[in-house]
Amino acid sequence: MNVIEVQGLHKSYADTKAVDGIDLTISNGEIFALLGPNGAGKTTTVEILEGFRKADSGSISVLGFNPAQRGVQSRIWRNRIGIVLQSTADAGDLTVQETLSHFAKYYSAPRDVEEVISSVGLDEKRGALIRTLSGGQRRRLDVGLGIIGSPELLFLDEPTTGFDPEARRAFWALIQSLREGGTTILLTTHYLDEAEALADRVAVITRGKILEVSTPSQLGGRASAKARVQWKSDGVLKEELSDNPTDVVRRLAAQFSGEIPELQVLRPSLEDIYLSMIGEK
Amino acid sequence: MSAKKSLPTTIALGVARGGLEIRQFMRQRESVVFTLAFPIILLAIFGSVFKTTLAEGVTFSQYFVAGMIASGLVNTGFQQLAILIPMEREFGSLKRLRGTPMHVASYFIGKSILVFVSMAIQVVLLLAAGIIFFGVELPDDPYKWLTFTWLIILGSAASTALGIAFAAVPKSGRGASAVVSPVVIILQFFSGVFFVFTDLPGWMQQVAAIFPLKWMTQGMRSVFLPDSFAAREVAGSWETERTFVILLAWLIAGIFLAIRTFKWSRD
Repeated sequence: MNVIEVQGLHKSYADTKAVDGIDLTISNGEIFALLGPNGAGKTTTVEILEGFRKADSGSISVLGFNPAQRGVQSRIWRNRIGIVLQSTADAGDLTVQETLSHFAKYYSAPRDVEEVISSVGLDEKRGALIRTLSGGQRRRLDVGLGIIGSPELLFLDEPTTGFDPEARRAFWALIQSLREGGTTILLTTHYLDEAEALADRVAVITRGKILEVSTPSQLGGRASAKARVQWKSDGVLKEELSDNPTDVVRRLAAQFSGEIPELQVLRPSLEDIYLSMIGEK
Repeated sequence: MSAKKSLPTTIALGVARGGLEIRQFMRQRESVVFTLAFPIILLAIFGSVFKTTLAEGVTFSQYFVAGMIASGLVNTGFQQLAILIPMEREFGSLKRLRGTPMHVASYFIGKSILVFVSMAIQVVLLLAAGIIFFGVELPDDPYKWLTFTWLIILGSAASTALGIAFAAVPKSGRGASAVVSPVVIILQFFSGVFFVFTDLPGWMQQVAAIFPLKWMTQGMRSVFLPDSFAAREVAGSWETERTFVILLAWLIAGIFLAIRTFKWSRD
């Protein structure tokens, strides 16, 4: 069953086409990443799917519901989704624990508050006022508020902006555990390593259009691209581009007795592929 | 979906939001000082400056306390919400709430509870300070206490609704106070809070009569001043029924406007 189905999505502001004909299918339990430069239409697309904005045209189904609809059905639908917005800066006169306990009341089957506090790594801050938290800690609280209602579908809009590397790794582990619990996740991010670590599939958007949808390892012909074999010979760095890097390594192994000095087999990174994709347009 | 049967009710969530709003209110020193202590400071200043007696048994403090309680309705409701809500909108708190299954009515109920509770605390503190330091006297007629009760309930409700409606006007959270406060201060001068209403120029009285604060103030005078003073009102009476009808009309208009103009986010 598909959790999100979008066809022919269009949205314009004044004189700019923010979203210019997007089709998207995201299936149950999948982690799907939207990649693209600023102003590419990522946030507009996500906000239409979240029901914050109305599309100009296109058919949209999110958990079998049109997000633009209002009324009781809309509240039942919101009970099944979780949203982590790009930025929130509440005045923060409540503690982490109070805020999560309060938001838990909005849902029919919330997760255990203490368990959520632990899973976002805020155990030591549970009694701290929000305004005393660091940027990264606030972001983790945002994520906690997004998952408190045990959503079937979670929207994450640039969740790790401002995180240090360690916090980002911890966050990735949290997302992995949500995936194991069966949550479908739509993620937007600027970090290609994040998309690579988390996403089952990625879509690259520029100027309101999807360039390609693929797995991180196959995007832009990455899997079939030539590999670069690098090594050192007599103190000089050598390299060879090849479709069959294994053959190159085998040949080198015969040539050197023992270790091949500083051997590396490199494939284009997701970032290389992504940059060439958005650059060529 | 099994979710359907167990979504919490709008009222229950409204009450929960009310509790949360009060907790936040109490933790903000500025709001506590401004809303709860400021009226007492004003009473102390005016009570010390104007030692005049307006009529037999009516000190200026007695007159002023009626005006301050009426102003409190405007401050805790209209002013507080018209400043707070644009800030919540700017910070993204409202957008986050919009993304949850909570009904907008729960948010409104929470705000009403905040206004009502902060109003009740303010009235108690103001009357206590008035009695202890400025010889303010409480009415002993139960009918006057009945009037007092409906004035507080109807006044808070109208003020809350109008505050939510007016929250659509300020363009930013930071600028809200500059837009809202002058409106309130001018209304206070025009409505006879700081001066004896009948001493004001006629045109000022007529402008004031359009807005609810004049009626709240007059209603509070009918509670705190002796009935003999009614003869000195513009109409020569307290106009209690008329006050009720006008405040009710403002409440209905406020609810209508609040629902029509309420925005979760700026764009």
